[in-house]
Amino acid sequence: MSTRKLLAPQPNPETDAFWDGLGEGVLRIKTCESCGQPHYYPRHICPHCGSKKTRWLESAGCGEIYSLSVMRRGEGAPFAVAYVTLDEGPALMTNLVADDLDALAIGQRVRLAPQASDADTVGDGPSLPFFTPSGD
Amino acid sequence: MSLRNAACIAGAFEHPTRLAPDMTTPQLHAECAAGALADAGLSLTDVDGYFCATDAPGFGPISMIDYLGLTARHTDSTEMGGCTYIQHVAHAAQAIAMGKCSVALITLAGRPRSEAVQRFRPGAPESAFEQWVGLTNHTSYGMCAARHMHEFGTTSEQLAWIKVAASHHAQHNPHAMLPKVVTVEDVVNSPMIADPLHRLDCCVTTDGGGALVVVSPEIARTLNRPVISLLGAGEATKGPSGGLALDLTTSAAAQSGPRAFEEAGVTPADIKYASIYDSFTITVLLQLEDLGFCAKGEGGKFVADGNLISGSGKLPFNTDGGGLCNNHPMFRGGITKVIEAVRQLRGEAAPAVQVPNCDLAVATGIGGSLGARHGAATIILERQS
Repeated sequence: MSTRKLLAPQPNPETDAFWDGLGEGVLRIKTCESCGQPHYYPRHICPHCGSKKTRWLESAGCGEIYSLSVMRRGEGAPFAVAYVTLDEGPALMTNLVADDLDALAIGQRVRLAPQASDADTVGDGPSLPFFTPSGD
Repeated sequence: MSLRNAACIAGAFEHPTRLAPDMTTPQLHAECAAGALADAGLSLTDVDGYFCATDAPGFGPISMIDYLGLTARHTDSTEMGGCTYIQHVAHAAQAIAMGKCSVALITLAGRPRSEAVQRFRPGAPESAFEQWVGLTNHTSYGMCAARHMHEFGTTSEQLAWIKVAASHHAQHNPHAMLPKVVTVEDVVNSPMIADPLHRLDCCVTTDGGGALVVVSPEIARTLNRPVISLLGAGEATKGPSGGLALDLTTSAAAQSGPRAFEEAGVTPADIKYASIYDSFTITVLLQLEDLGFCAKGEGGKFVADGNLISGSGKLPFNTDGGGLCNNHPMFRGGITKVIEAVRQLRGEAAPAVQVPNCDLAVATGIGGSLGARHGAATIILERQS
């Protein structure tokens, strides 16, 4: 388990539903009713076509590693920074948790593994969308 | 309308310090400004345009113009990370072409070794989704290198050749932070920082700065210096674009580079010397491919066996030692890229690394975070006969 401080996301009206969903174990991305394309991180206006007709889309929380780099120095090292390409299309930047970070590889299948952030004061903050190998 | 021959670089100065605990950052800006103006044969009173970015303390040009004692009728505080100052040369040329100024001063300075520097940008739209990841430049660029290796079979040894070439040049620079020549084995055996990047794949961190003076062609011809003209410029930004366009093996230089070459009317094959932003070895590799010095995926083969070493390789690069060995002031290598290109075009580089008959050069850079979202700026410079 990482010992570095996992900065709690600051809530805002554009993305509250994302953090609420993650608290229930659900990864919500956004999709656009005008152009039909999904996006991440979530925005009010679609970054693909500029439409305001975006709505939340529940991701299955599964994908594969696009790239990764294990940080070997500094607070909380080692930890794995990665991009995961979700099965729904968008890639997202995340941390990978695994017993053996050296066994992680590009192309490997991973699944959502929400991790509590550190609240600004004490205790847990909102859950973060970490990923872990899914074994499939 | 084109920027071709719209302006000239008349002054260039790199501060010799690499550690400045007893100076202030505004003072460093001022010393760089004085150095570049003296190099051009101009004075503070000649300046009528001022360019700075977020490394300038206070309220950008408002604070700095007052501090420096300038009178500017044109200011520009365009910010695009480390490549900003390459972009500033192009923006200065635009302003000069439009008649908004005729002597533009560009300064960069900072003291990241001597004082804490605020690098996190609160309030960015991506912050809530990335700030907890622990992304530093090491892992950001590390992910680019890992993906390039995955797609094209690029090796750590090939990346190491970029550092080796820079070190061969740095040995001739008395101000270089790391003047020792290193081998491929030295690089790949140095401690791993963020896979697959080793310590010697990373640039130095230095206090320091630099300045440039960009003038109209008419003024350039009155100065007792070689006339170094801007032939072309390009800029671009790139990001994951909602996560559907993530592509860590091509940088925004794939857009800025061709734009600059097209405007200049020259090709990569014409280039005698290249200043390539080298925050990490992988940064150089991507830009070489993206500017068209070799095909996408062929960068590893291109840089191997000393091909970037002046005197023996086909494409001499970063003959001052670059950010990898010489200087990367304030985490920003853009201005030193332009400065060494100007030295080469004037014939004022260190004699051991001076490219013979160097009349055409490129300076290109990346700003921001290559693996997250970044900008690129490219300029083509020519010495007028």
